[in-house]
Amino acid sequence: MSTALPVLKSSDFTSDQDIRWCPGCGDYAILAQMKKVLPEIGVPPEKTVFISGIGCSSRFPYYINSYGVHSIHGRAPALATGLRVTRPDLSVWVITGDGDALSIGGNHFIHCLRRNLDVNVILFNNRIYGLTKGQYSPTSFSGQVTKSTPMGAVDHPLNPMMVAVGAEATFIARSVDSNIKHLAYTLKRAAAHKGTSFVEVYQNCNVFNDGAWAYAQDKATRDDTTIELEHGKPMIFGKDRDRGIRLNGLTPEIVDLSTSGVKEDDLLFHDERGDAMHAFLLARMRRPDFPEPIGVFRDIQRETFDEGMRFQAQSAIEKKGRGDLQKLFSGGDTWKVA
Amino acid sequence: MSIETKSLETTKPVQNVSGITVRLCGDSGDGMQLLGTQLTNTSALAGNDIATFPDFPAEIRAPRGTRAGVSGFQVQFASHEVHTPGDTLDALVAMNPAALVTNLADLRKGGLLIVNEDSFDDRDLKLAKLKTCPLEDPSMENYRLVKVAMTRLTKEAVAEFGLGVKEADRCKNFFAMGLVYWLYGRGMDATLRFIHGKFAAGSPVVAKANEKALQAGWSFGETIEALGHSYQVDAAELPAGHYRNMMGNQAMAWGLLAASHRSKKDIFYASYPITPASDILHEMVKFKNYGVMTFQAEDEIAAVCSAIGAAYGGQMAVTTSSGPGIALKGEAMGLAVMLELPLLIINVQRGGPSTGLPTKTEQSDLLQVMFGRNGEAPIPVIAAQSPGDCFNVIQDAWMLATQLMSPVIVLSDGYIANGSEPWAIPDVSRMTPIKVEHPGPKTDDNPFLPYSRNELLARPWAIPGTEGLMHRVGGLEKEDGTGNISYDPDNHQKMTNIRAQKVENAAKLLPPQQVYGPQNGELLVLSWGGTYGACLTAVQRAQRDGRSVSHVHLRYLNPMPSNLGEILSHFDKVLMPELNLGQLRMLVRSKYLVDAIGLNKMKGKPFTVGEVYEKICEHSTISATPAARPQIVKVG
Repeated sequence: MSTALPVLKSSDFTSDQDIRWCPGCGDYAILAQMKKVLPEIGVPPEKTVFISGIGCSSRFPYYINSYGVHSIHGRAPALATGLRVTRPDLSVWVITGDGDALSIGGNHFIHCLRRNLDVNVILFNNRIYGLTKGQYSPTSFSGQVTKSTPMGAVDHPLNPMMVAVGAEATFIARSVDSNIKHLAYTLKRAAAHKGTSFVEVYQNCNVFNDGAWAYAQDKATRDDTTIELEHGKPMIFGKDRDRGIRLNGLTPEIVDLSTSGVKEDDLLFHDERGDAMHAFLLARMRRPDFPEPIGVFRDIQRETFDEGMRFQAQSAIEKKGRGDLQKLFSGGDTWKVA
Repeated sequence: MSIETKSLETTKPVQNVSGITVRLCGDSGDGMQLLGTQLTNTSALAGNDIATFPDFPAEIRAPRGTRAGVSGFQVQFASHEVHTPGDTLDALVAMNPAALVTNLADLRKGGLLIVNEDSFDDRDLKLAKLKTCPLEDPSMENYRLVKVAMTRLTKEAVAEFGLGVKEADRCKNFFAMGLVYWLYGRGMDATLRFIHGKFAAGSPVVAKANEKALQAGWSFGETIEALGHSYQVDAAELPAGHYRNMMGNQAMAWGLLAASHRSKKDIFYASYPITPASDILHEMVKFKNYGVMTFQAEDEIAAVCSAIGAAYGGQMAVTTSSGPGIALKGEAMGLAVMLELPLLIINVQRGGPSTGLPTKTEQSDLLQVMFGRNGEAPIPVIAAQSPGDCFNVIQDAWMLATQLMSPVIVLSDGYIANGSEPWAIPDVSRMTPIKVEHPGPKTDDNPFLPYSRNELLARPWAIPGTEGLMHRVGGLEKEDGTGNISYDPDNHQKMTNIRAQKVENAAKLLPPQQVYGPQNGELLVLSWGGTYGACLTAVQRAQRDGRSVSHVHLRYLNPMPSNLGEILSHFDKVLMPELNLGQLRMLVRSKYLVDAIGLNKMKGKPFTVGEVYEKICEHSTISATPAARPQIVKVG
């Protein structure tokens, strides 16, 4: 009898549900990559749980053959907390969107990150409310005209990466729906990290906000508009890899490697395990002033919330022994009536 | 640990009385709650039946000496059964002018009034907004006024320990305690043990000073001429057993442990701090070695949602709050209804609306917990009737939650939560199990149906990690059986009916309603929750008068007991006392078409027995001479 574990296939994670996203939606690409990497991660479907909130992205759990909860708006990290701390044997994924995680669920999002709960949070950022048909979201750009902002959004947009750095998340990454190889790699990295893994995915809503990330998706432009992060490597970008990021004091600046005489060694080197300041600086790099970093911004180790909770439970038992209910009830000041 | 305790015996005459109601009041920083708790414990240990009513402001340290800052603790201890902290006071201890003027109205004529006369100076009178000293008022002749220079006497008593002025002054609540202990013949051993445990390690000098102040207070009582005799309250004739003093919030926590033990389920307890529910959290954190995991969430919504997540994973999931927090949890409670997962939601009610009266009691969240969710989202509701009863209702709730696969709401209130009474210690080995089952790995090719039903309409509690049972649940309407998303009109009708019927099925798991007193008659007093003691005592008094009145106290509010309609039909009138504007009355009137009469109070205080008794008299006649009445048998 063979004791080898069965090899998992993508089809093992395919549920029997009809997918109801709009044709052409970026969510399909993310689903496909997720189903591709889940077998490679090696956690069987029955040990995998997907928890989502509300929104287009949050339909995701229905389409994966695992355990799943499609919960209420913004609250997926809270549900995941209760499940993860009590069930260390499970692999828990949180699927959320820009409205779900950053608007109605902002509180749970930051507390999940700062606690370092061992879950993977994948934020599908399409900079719009899709399921409610086209209102602006907290990541919509200032001045964006939408169904609820005919004169343009007054709000300054929220930068999810800066929120993640501010909450001292231990794993922060960004990828793009159409960049499938990079996306698959990023999801795997997220799964491998112990603690909250936060991944922002640039996701196109082709119905209500088509082309919001075109610059990052289009093969013709993306080398110039994004910069792929590589740990320990100098930050170089451009189709001809002729431009780099150099630090001028605390401020990053773009330098032309072909004309300025600046050498690669003078550039900013990416360090996933560096100070939060480094990740913050990357988070601040936005279009049109800078190419936007794609990849793992930060990957550090810190005790996870679930580990801490379980450690306390274990040490309480080690110190006091397993609780005896009768002793508790009968202890302290009591009296007898004959 | 060894403490030298002297068995102090008074040499003055002792008057035997059947019960005493005393209130201790002073500044919220004066340690009145501690004084009250100690007197309660000591009286319980003396074998008295007890009922307590702590009453304190929401502010932690309201401005010193002001009326707003007055904190009080009332306790009734008796040699007979008591169910309330008492209506009028036999004795009032007032530590300052503000405490005196805000509490004097409750002291009976001829009652004992002990004041700290050192506090009746110009400054404290001014803080209490008094132009003249109330101690010189002619109305003082109505009371047995004993003026005690507590500040000065305490200072002198503890002088040998070299404490600072403030520290020495802080000992005066123990001086007052010693005096009260002398007055009621209470042993000091338990309180000396308490002082030792609380102060000895951190500050041995403070421990010694407090012990000395306690003893000085006792000796003062023994010495002064103004107190000619002390009182003796004999042990009450409680049913045989082993007892301890129990507060409501503590009973709730211990009941959770018992339910966990009976169902062999570890607890995930998620909460956000809120008065008056936080003490349940404070109690639960002590039990990590009992399989309890506590989670102080970032907000009320996270608390309930994390509990739902834990329930999905197979834990005994609990969340607690008070009205404002329950409002925030509303949407998630609807999710729990839709997911059909067992979940306990405890609401320790307080005065509302909005922030309302955080430290005061009220029963005004009944309709909120019945209906405060979008859609048809029925949830069973059970209400505790007394501090000790919290231990029972929470176990009933967990039994219902697991047998029906449903969230269950337990109502307590500020009065029950902070009140205390003697509690018969149960025999853990005789507790019956609560059976909880999870389906095992799938062994055949048939599809797993997460929304299939048993005879109670409960669905299977399949938990992650089980091979072959992968399924998705969510807030969208589900297809019967498969649990798949369904927008089918007939399916929605069917699922709505199933969810309603499932909650109705709870009545099959619960005992029928009992009636206290005759099964038929002129008047039925129908009550629920924390008003139990006042209603029962008022009914007993009216029954002794020869009035045709019976009492039904509801613990199960949704669904109501299956025989309630039948019971109601046997009485001419139904009187419903509630600390709201008639919320249960609205439900009873609509469900049973009974023209129930309300007795409604919204003062942040529990009913007095007198208030209920008066209303009973208004709606009943004396139909039998007291002697001729048959013996009333207590049931339930």
